[in-house]
Amino acid sequence: MEQEKQKAALNLSLVMGDNALILGHRLSEWCGHGPILEQDIALSNIALDLIGQARLWLSHAGKLQGGKSEDDLAYHRDVFDFHNFQMVETPNGHWGKTLLRQFLYDAWHHAMLQKLVLAQDEDIAGIARKSLKEVNYHLRWSSEWVIRLGDGTEESAAKMQDAYADVWPYVGELLQKDFWLKELDQWIPGFTADEILAQWWKTVREVFSQANLPAEPMDWLYRKGHLGHHTEHLGFILAEMQFLPRAYPDATW
Amino acid sequence: METTALEHRFNQKIEREEKIEPKDWMPEDYRKNNIRQISQHAHSEIVGMLPEANWITRAPSLRRKVALLAKVQDEAGHGLYLYSAAETLGTDREEMIDDLHSGKAKYSSIFNYPTTTWADIGAIGWLVDGAAITNQVALCRTSYGPYARAMVKICKEESFHQRQGYEIMCAMAFGTPEQKAMAQDALNRWWWPSLMMFGPTDGDSVHSQKSMDWKIKRYSNDELRQEFVDKTVAQAEYLGLTIPDPDLTYNDETGHYSFGEIDWKEFYQVISGNGPCNKERIEARRKAHEDGAWVREAANAFAQKRANQQVA
Ligand SMILES: [Fe+2]
Ligand SMILES: [Fe+2]
Repeated sequence: MEQEKQKAALNLSLVMGDNALILGHRLSEWCGHGPILEQDIALSNIALDLIGQARLWLSHAGKLQGGKSEDDLAYHRDVFDFHNFQMVETPNGHWGKTLLRQFLYDAWHHAMLQKLVLAQDEDIAGIARKSLKEVNYHLRWSSEWVIRLGDGTEESAAKMQDAYADVWPYVGELLQKDFWLKELDQWIPGFTADEILAQWWKTVREVFSQANLPAEPMDWLYRKGHLGHHTEHLGFILAEMQFLPRAYPDATW
Repeated sequence: METTALEHRFNQKIEREEKIEPKDWMPEDYRKNNIRQISQHAHSEIVGMLPEANWITRAPSLRRKVALLAKVQDEAGHGLYLYSAAETLGTDREEMIDDLHSGKAKYSSIFNYPTTTWADIGAIGWLVDGAAITNQVALCRTSYGPYARAMVKICKEESFHQRQGYEIMCAMAFGTPEQKAMAQDALNRWWWPSLMMFGPTDGDSVHSQKSMDWKIKRYSNDELRQEFVDKTVAQAEYLGLTIPDPDLTYNDETGHYSFGEIDWKEFYQVISGNGPCNKERIEARRKAHEDGAWVREAANAFAQKRANQQVA
């Protein structure tokens, strides 16, 4: 039982940490290239929050793996060991796509954290509490932008439709409850996958109705990013991210 | 009041070290001079984000990544304060940005050099932010109020950047032989361009004298350059790195370092658009602006719609 719990905690920390790290990486690619200076700053802020959260989750995962560091995990794993959703590794595309992807992730992230703060495991609850404060803001910001762009000009509405066509096929993975969400409800009191998913749909429907986007389930492909099966994009992210520690294995920076 | 009386009053204020504020009368040249300098400074912050942002996705540890991202974000913030300060003089951000993109407005020549290794991130923090602080501490006492106040805020962050950069240099200079070589290479490439950041020598500086009279500038280019060299040499020695100047010697009589001749030909090439990365930098800024046009339009249209709804 204790072992099972540990395994679930590790798995959870990797899923949360890798999502935060890879999405943070994608957002950081915008730094210096945003459409408006104020929004460049806002998006960098979210990237900073996410990478900060990734450090907490990965440090915790490292501890559970017998004393590895956040950097061991970030810089010395290959694609098949990463547990993030495929959605967060997809390329940024235009600002509208980045923001739509962000919103869909934020809605999930927020619903998840609201439950994780209740975990009996104090490490997990603590990371969740700290993250939730930040993600409250992320969700508000990305919701506003999705609405603004969906209901802005004809051009922006068309771009959001394109973004939707790109991103929506990936959200299925956030909503799969057969694997890891089910494990969690066994040891986090009050954690039910159904509630998290209901919360996600509620948030998405509210925002999409104002953004003129359809919030309809589709026949989603079963994606397995969380199991280490990724798109071709992740390898390039890692090649870039991990270059220095791998090229100079003896160095500390 | 006649212009001469106004001008007299203005000069007295400058004399008494009182700040000039946006609503105060000021000579047209003073206004122009400030707009030029403040907007150029703002552009430098924004263009300066690019060479450093180049390494965010490749930072060698998560701690360094967060610090670098936060640093580049600070620079964006500096750009914002400065654009706002310039706007108090009756220009607007859109206009200033257009001037940057058309090449009419300048920015610091240093940002036209490439960041090719991670050590460049250390060298920029140490040398480029270090040179910027030397300039900016002096500007905290500049005569135009909004500019002086923006500088006070900015200086605090810049000294943090400088320490952070130096810390990266320390980690490398005291690291493996490859890391030390990388650090030395970065110093070799960034040293002279950092000295060029202070601008032409006093004799050749077009804008200097008037700026000094109006106390926009408080110290000459050469004075500031000397101050920077004096404080940086010991820092390089501590790292065990060699400053790439065979003529660098300490002068016992003056208490200053004397240093070799700057390659002014290179300096003028870089400021006239022919530096190693001028095209890429402006192109990147222009692309961000153009690609973002639909976003800005949508945000305006949306705000307008909501405002109409409220009226109705
Ligand atoms: Fe700055
Ligand atoms: Fe700085």
